[in-house]
Amino acid sequence: MNKMQRFIKEFGWPRLIIAAFLLSLFVIAPFAGVNIGTSLTDTIMRFSMNGVMVLAMVPMIHSGCGLNFGLPLGIIAGLLGGTLAMQFGFTGKLSFLMAIVLCTPFALLFGWAYGKLLNRVKGGEMMIATYVGFASVSFMCMMWLLLPYSNPQMVWGYGGSGLRTTISTEGYYYHVLSDFLNIKIGHLSIPTGSLLFFALLAFLMWAFLHTKKGTAMTAVGSNPIYARASGIKIDSIRTLSVIMSTWLGAVGILVYEQAFGFIQLYNGPFYMALPAVSAILIGGASVNKASITNVIVGTFLFQGIVTMTPSVMNSIIHTDMSEVIRIIVSNGMILYALTRKTEETR
Amino acid sequence: MIKKTLSQDKSIKEFVLNNLVPIMFIVICAICIPVSGYSAPALVQEMLTRIARNSFLVISLLVPIMAGMGMNFGMTLGAMAGQIGLIFITEWGVVGIPALVLAAIVSTPISILLGWMCGKILNNAKGREMVTSYIISFFMNGVYQFIVLYCMGSVIPIKNSAILLPRGYGIRNSVNLINIRRVLDNLIPLRIGTVNVPVATYLVIALLCFFIIWFRKTKIGQDMRAVSQDMEVARRSGIKVEHTRLLSVIISTVLAGYGMIIYLSNMGSMNTYNAHSQIGTFSIAALLVGGASVAKASIGNVFLGVILFHMLFYVSPQAGKNLFGQAQLGEYFRVFVSYGVITIALVLYEMKKRRAAKLGGLTLAKAQEEK
Repeated sequence: MNKMQRFIKEFGWPRLIIAAFLLSLFVIAPFAGVNIGTSLTDTIMRFSMNGVMVLAMVPMIHSGCGLNFGLPLGIIAGLLGGTLAMQFGFTGKLSFLMAIVLCTPFALLFGWAYGKLLNRVKGGEMMIATYVGFASVSFMCMMWLLLPYSNPQMVWGYGGSGLRTTISTEGYYYHVLSDFLNIKIGHLSIPTGSLLFFALLAFLMWAFLHTKKGTAMTAVGSNPIYARASGIKIDSIRTLSVIMSTWLGAVGILVYEQAFGFIQLYNGPFYMALPAVSAILIGGASVNKASITNVIVGTFLFQGIVTMTPSVMNSIIHTDMSEVIRIIVSNGMILYALTRKTEETR
Repeated sequence: MIKKTLSQDKSIKEFVLNNLVPIMFIVICAICIPVSGYSAPALVQEMLTRIARNSFLVISLLVPIMAGMGMNFGMTLGAMAGQIGLIFITEWGVVGIPALVLAAIVSTPISILLGWMCGKILNNAKGREMVTSYIISFFMNGVYQFIVLYCMGSVIPIKNSAILLPRGYGIRNSVNLINIRRVLDNLIPLRIGTVNVPVATYLVIALLCFFIIWFRKTKIGQDMRAVSQDMEVARRSGIKVEHTRLLSVIISTVLAGYGMIIYLSNMGSMNTYNAHSQIGTFSIAALLVGGASVAKASIGNVFLGVILFHMLFYVSPQAGKNLFGQAQLGEYFRVFVSYGVITIALVLYEMKKRRAAKLGGLTLAKAQEEK
């Protein structure tokens, strides 16, 4: 009994409720006439789409910069890379590779500047990160209209200038990862390529956190005074973590787009940070502690709920309350993490 | 103060740095106004309307700043309460000024409840009130949608088919507020040339300003100032810190509810599911544009901010159209500016805070050395 209580305390009530809720959805699903195979496929597919963006939260949490509400900045770097790769006429698998290559300098530059900024505002990172994200998205809204893109698949047909709000990745990097080694069993289809790609990045992140630099990063986050005493350059480690986070955000959106099939510009990236933030928190991370397991568990639980609620709810009560449930669950989780007193170190 | 700073050559730089945001805005407005090509009476009319419409909401932000809790993004909660009040008066078919008062009465208990909840949560998140209240506004938006979209008409009795969705429950996306449209603005009609002045609304706003000035001098107002200076010192001198902070959020939420009612009665229609979501951001941006910081804001900041911010909001689409041939560009520009301003103001505030802390540490070290 004691063991049980400790387990619950460690796992946290909200997480337990969410896991139980998801489990009950899977149990109810067959009775409501929802195909388990299709819903599992959807969940896994969404997991592979969003996993990398959730992974992007890890470095900044480790270095004590808090939850990266500024993820849209990384997403913008990714969008620049993706659109540039299409503009330069790369097609097929090569376009995905080139998109990653092209987004990297932007991600490094943005991440560096963003990291420098966050170093000047220690303690207030999260609020400022949110607004850095918003400001950069709205700035790029103007740029998408003004930048001299000319690929006819991307620009508005009637004006001949300005990018479209949604651009199809068909013929470029559409499903390059999802269809790679895709396994099909009945209704179930597993996007092995995307999962492998996520696994690779997750492994690299895990390995990095165990190198000397990675340990230093964790030290900076958990005890800055101790870190400074042992000769770690706090500011440069923090900047490094922000750059990593931004780059992962950029790659994350490319992975998302290849599976989704469309590039969403303009107001698209505005609220993309929130699902990623709440996913990692659902997985058991807190404002200053996160692991790869948190990422995997959290993304699966969050995306599971997002996919399962509409289909199950719809067939039971014939109303789509999934949006409301999604808002309450995801933001409730963030609130829970922000208000936990025991986790406060500062 | 301005004279004093200008008299010293060195202080000019400091003055510019302290008022960077308003100065930037004055420059941008000075460029955009002639480009947009609006006539002076049209601008004056628009500004008078917009000041009347938005000031009440912006003033509601002042009280939590007084208590050192930063920008209260939770004012959105009050806006939701105000909207629920408006849904009920539309359902009951009340008209005119009584309808406004009734909506305010309905909204008050809801605001108090929401504000109390928000304050309780914020007391558990000291030091990161802003980001927490920002997430609370998102969270409560979900609850609001649940109540208005699913419970109204099914659990909460609403029968008016003009505001109900055809399926029998849930409120329509857009509610027509013809029953209270501009009633307050037109209560005391005044016309100067071609410009209409909404006298009654201004009277209400003036009343609120006096309330704020008076409130600052009361015991609770003084307590709030003490809490914002140093929570521990305030606690030791016998102030109930948590209680004071809670009270400041509740007052702000209730005022935001009234502000939203005034705002929507001026607009004349209500976008049920989106009207409240932008209000927080725009009100906070306006206050910051007026030269307020996260720690200090005055009534003067409110009016300067509302004028500058809404001036830009009004002229920028037209300016964008005249300059680049795209009104869309101007619209994106104004959104960018409002977010950019909040970012700059927050960064400047945090930097100043750190510099002050560093300076404090240095003086302490020096004092100890001298000992």
